Amino acid sequence: MTTPPILQPPAPATPITRILLYLFLFIGAALTLFPFAWMLLTSLKPFAELFDLGFFPHAPTTANYSQVLGQTAYLRWFLNSLLVAGLTTLSVLFFDALVGYTLAKFEFPGKQLIFLVILATLMIPTEMLIIPWYVGVVKLKLTLTDPGAYFSVMFPGLMSAFGVFLMRQFFETLPNDLLEAARIDGLSEFQIFRKVAMPLVRPALASLAIFTFLGNYNAFLWPLIVIQNSDLRTLPLGVALFSGEAGTQWGLIMAASSLAVIPVLIVFAVFQKQIIEGIVLTGMKG
Amino acid sequence: MTATSAAQSRRPRLNIRQRQTLTAYTFLAVPLLFFLIVRLLPTLVAFRLSLFRYSILRPEQPFLGFANYLRLAQDETFHRALVNTGLYTLITVPVQIALGLLIALLLSRVRRFQGLLRALYFLPYVTPVVAAAWVWQWLFSPQFGPVNTFLVWLHIPPQNFLNSPAQALPVTAALVVWQNLGFQIVLFLAGLAGIPRSLYEAAELDGASAWQLFWGVTWPLLNPTVVFSVVTGTIASLQLFTQIVNLNFTDQGGPLGSTLSVAVYIYQLAFGRYEMGYASAMTVALFVIILLITLFQLRFLTRRFEY
Repeated sequence: MTTPPILQPPAPATPITRILLYLFLFIGAALTLFPFAWMLLTSLKPFAELFDLGFFPHAPTTANYSQVLGQTAYLRWFLNSLLVAGLTTLSVLFFDALVGYTLAKFEFPGKQLIFLVILATLMIPTEMLIIPWYVGVVKLKLTLTDPGAYFSVMFPGLMSAFGVFLMRQFFETLPNDLLEAARIDGLSEFQIFRKVAMPLVRPALASLAIFTFLGNYNAFLWPLIVIQNSDLRTLPLGVALFSGEAGTQWGLIMAASSLAVIPVLIVFAVFQKQIIEGIVLTGMKG
Repeated sequence: MTATSAAQSRRPRLNIRQRQTLTAYTFLAVPLLFFLIVRLLPTLVAFRLSLFRYSILRPEQPFLGFANYLRLAQDETFHRALVNTGLYTLITVPVQIALGLLIALLLSRVRRFQGLLRALYFLPYVTPVVAAAWVWQWLFSPQFGPVNTFLVWLHIPPQNFLNSPAQALPVTAALVVWQNLGFQIVLFLAGLAGIPRSLYEAAELDGASAWQLFWGVTWPLLNPTVVFSVVTGTIASLQLFTQIVNLNFTDQGGPLGSTLSVAVYIYQLAFGRYEMGYASAMTVALFVIILLITLFQLRFLTRRFEY
């Protein structure tokens, strides 16, 4: 499942340049992948072998993994991350599409201003927002209950200005006739959005979904600040705090890191095409 | 058209407009509230907090006026963090763009394995930063890391890397570049694909060398991609946090403050020492810096070409 190769400018003529080209590209790729290999190989080494500088483990063991899984609430952290990232993504998809659609397909006073204000929020650094968010969460005593705590982790990401921008660009390319036809058929405005417009921008929605999901799954700064209960930690937070306490037990740290990386690698393997097309779309539209 | 017929045809149109306005604001009501409460209001609150000696732990919050900003001007740790943040940006943005463009140019010339290679280069970008940072720590471990093993093999003395105040920042920047490179490659591949092939053919007919083709055709036509890369890369690197914190978990921003960024310092002040008023003043400063740099870049990097 790969997109067709991009052939610009012309391919090299001589076989020697072609071999050099592939050599360079594969060496670069090997260097890029080396940290992954090192992580996985270390995670399979028993403690005694950690410091003998060999590349491959002599007596590979899964002990590090069973220790990480036994000592930590790994599964719980993983599910927390899935829950937080999943709900956030659903919210972003729905609301960003709704706002993008409205800004693209309706004429109303204040439209330009609303669009500019939403775009301007992209410039606000997260650091500036987290102190007021934290004060608000504490004052509303949100972290005292589990649902409140989950909400606290999620609320900053429930909509994204970037997604609004992206969806607006896509809805603008939809022909108005289609929407008019649906209106004549007697569909309500919300049904037109949901049943006619949304299905037509599915590729853009897929890209937005994957990026939002990955971004929230990997998020670190805000969860670090707002999550107090160790059961509610998201995966990156759990891995960081576990690794911070593990000292020099690098086998354990690498096993924990591998466990954080593997789900993302699976997502990437499945959705590679949408992810890469998503960047192409945003880069072009941006 | 007479006045009456114009008025007649305008009336139903006005109705449609009113209906559209009503629908639009119904659809926008919840999102508008969200952007007001979760984005704009906190921005204003941050401005306000920056004028107080604010801590969530104390009951009284004395008003300070601009004292927090004066303190910023004299805070040597803040200056250190500013310089480091500037260094992160000056290292990571040009390096990731140059390497990304180079690899994209080479990739655009190969037919087989292009998709596979692109996917391999892209993997670090989707990897959780936390995991990547811990692996990086182990790779660059002074005693047991493979990087030093390799250096010794080359008869170069082993380095201290993350334990050395001189080397910790470049090693951190290298992690950022490693993670962002794949994103740049994909972006530039798309940019290259957008350049009309006829331009190269025309230039080749005129006898242009490969070097001239690059600077005369490729580089100017890639301008929108480069501007996008520079602007988004700069905004991200000015807020660098997770990599730094996880590369030196026990002495965040260390050794000796050599990797401390503005974002990490803000975090330490606000949530380690609970000096939230002062930290807010710092976030306002960061906001202004990001705004000015972005506007400056958009103004001076964007070129319009006619072809």
